[in-house]
Amino acid sequence: MSAESTLLYLDGVSVSFDGFKALNSLSLVMMPGEMRAIIGPNGAGKTTMMDVITGKTRPDTGTILFEGGTDLTRLREAAIANLGIGRKFQRPTVFEPHTVWDNLELALKAPRRPLKTLTYAISRDDRSRIEEILDITRLSALRSRQAGSLSHGQKQWLEIGMLLAQDPKLLLVDEPVAGMTDAETEQTAELLCSIAGKHSVIVVEHDMSFVRALGVKVTVLAEGSVLAEGSLDAVSANQQVIDTYLGR
Amino acid sequence: MLLRFFLMGLDRKAGIVLTILAILAVAVPVMTLWVPADSPFHLSVFTVSLLGKYLCFALLALALDLVWGYCGILSLGHAAFFAIGGYAMGMYLMRQIGPRGVYGNPVLPDFMVFLNWKELPWYWLGFDQFWFAAIMVLVVPGALAFAFGWFAFRSRVTGVYLSIITQALTFALLLAFFRNDMGFGGNNGLTDFKDILGYDIQADTTRVALFVATVAALALSYMIASGVIASKLGKVLVALRDAESRVRFMGYDTESYKLFAWTLSACMAGVAGALYVPQVGIINPSEFAPASSIEAVIWVAVGGRGTLAGAILGAVLVNMGKSYFTGALPELWLFALGGLFVAVTLFLPKGLLGLGGQLKAKLPGRKTAALPNVQPANHTADQKGA
Repeated sequence: MSAESTLLYLDGVSVSFDGFKALNSLSLVMMPGEMRAIIGPNGAGKTTMMDVITGKTRPDTGTILFEGGTDLTRLREAAIANLGIGRKFQRPTVFEPHTVWDNLELALKAPRRPLKTLTYAISRDDRSRIEEILDITRLSALRSRQAGSLSHGQKQWLEIGMLLAQDPKLLLVDEPVAGMTDAETEQTAELLCSIAGKHSVIVVEHDMSFVRALGVKVTVLAEGSVLAEGSLDAVSANQQVIDTYLGR
Repeated sequence: MLLRFFLMGLDRKAGIVLTILAILAVAVPVMTLWVPADSPFHLSVFTVSLLGKYLCFALLALALDLVWGYCGILSLGHAAFFAIGGYAMGMYLMRQIGPRGVYGNPVLPDFMVFLNWKELPWYWLGFDQFWFAAIMVLVVPGALAFAFGWFAFRSRVTGVYLSIITQALTFALLLAFFRNDMGFGGNNGLTDFKDILGYDIQADTTRVALFVATVAALALSYMIASGVIASKLGKVLVALRDAESRVRFMGYDTESYKLFAWTLSACMAGVAGALYVPQVGIINPSEFAPASSIEAVIWVAVGGRGTLAGAILGAVLVNMGKSYFTGALPELWLFALGGLFVAVTLFLPKGLLGLGGQLKAKLPGRKTAALPNVQPANHTADQKGA
């Protein structure tokens, strides 16, 4: 497969921290519009993979290309975000002193330079886009609440809403259902599925029933590299996967 | 667009602050110049200068609150920008003395004659013009802050490390300005001023005019600061104060945001210093002392950080206390100041302006008051709605 037609292309990416190989020659390809679930035991390198894609950590070796041409290993976090890569952290980080509306307004795709934001006045389009996202994330009634006062699940949704507002081409979602109730988990799976198609999504998750509910291609990571790839049923049947991950 | 920007920051709090400042700007000149001296409503010129000094400190506190309260940058060196603004004004005032100095040299200030200097150093050129000095009051502190911030923020120095570097900055400047060959009057600084814009600096009307100028500068700076805070840029600042890496992953270049607020704040501090110097009649290196910067932090903490109005209130109240203590019980002032800081940190984490909210939270049956806009009943309704 050539790198040009891909959305994200990782080849031979390695990162080590004090001799510990967090990523060991990791290779991964995402096509535009694809949704992918990443599973793996603790320490498999799932979060580090997100860190190298978003520019938080620089890889020691390897290639990371976005949309076939842009080399992500040379860019800073803000520049990568502006290319269209959004990230949701494991622990929900919304801006607690701001209202739900302001959180979405900050995330909304708009010029990011200080002088542009100083003179920013919300347009009708922006307003209706925020309304739409409030609707999707079921937060309409809570728009003027301080984000800090939301429940855990609502914060997770607000954060997903903020990612939608950013309108990224690629969304990286780290354990979106950790700490959620079953009903919330189900609704979150629906929400992510409705996003996929327009955006490419990478979901890192431990919760197997959630991954099953997503029903997408699964990549199993172990010790910093790809162990298996395929449907959840196929990888679940893979002997290596059972030995290193599921069996434990 | 500029009008919209100013209107954006005008909430109820801003209305109160600006009204009080407007009353001061009218009442103080009337009470000083036109109310007869034997009336109980008469204000002495001494009091006017004292009030003017408090308001200069209030402007410094406002500048500090902009970076500390809204961007989380605890500057322990803000007095450096204040002092530099003060020196720029002091240089103008020195050049206005002209041949009336002790040595009668029409160009060189006394201390240069005393040091046997033959001509004016290049960096003193232009300071005989008020407009030039006024620009330098903004440009020099701003440029220093920009350069300092550029390196510090790009290197991602934050928190207590950044605070320590700001402290080192002001200390380094203190030592530099103490040196005679820097050309700023060394230890003695700049003093013995005669005129400002052609008016006698000691005259009552000049003193009152300086006070009014200080009130105007404070009001304008307050409007700029609250306009910035109310804008989307201000929301980005608060967001990065609490979760900087999250803001970065959203595509904002947080360094340039911090740099903007930091430089703006330094310019405001410079203006405060420039208004301070003609009112107290002297500028010397002691203004760079680390203690001055730390005192400014205490003013903001006492008034309530992240409130703008609190910074002004804190600066005025603490300095009134200082005037009283250093007159009545001079040896106790530093203990009182230290005690005040400890007490505010322990009992008033949100300062005086946060006191109202704190008292409300203590009232029985209002457990959710820590998050003021959340009502329990509302909460369940929202849950059902969702």
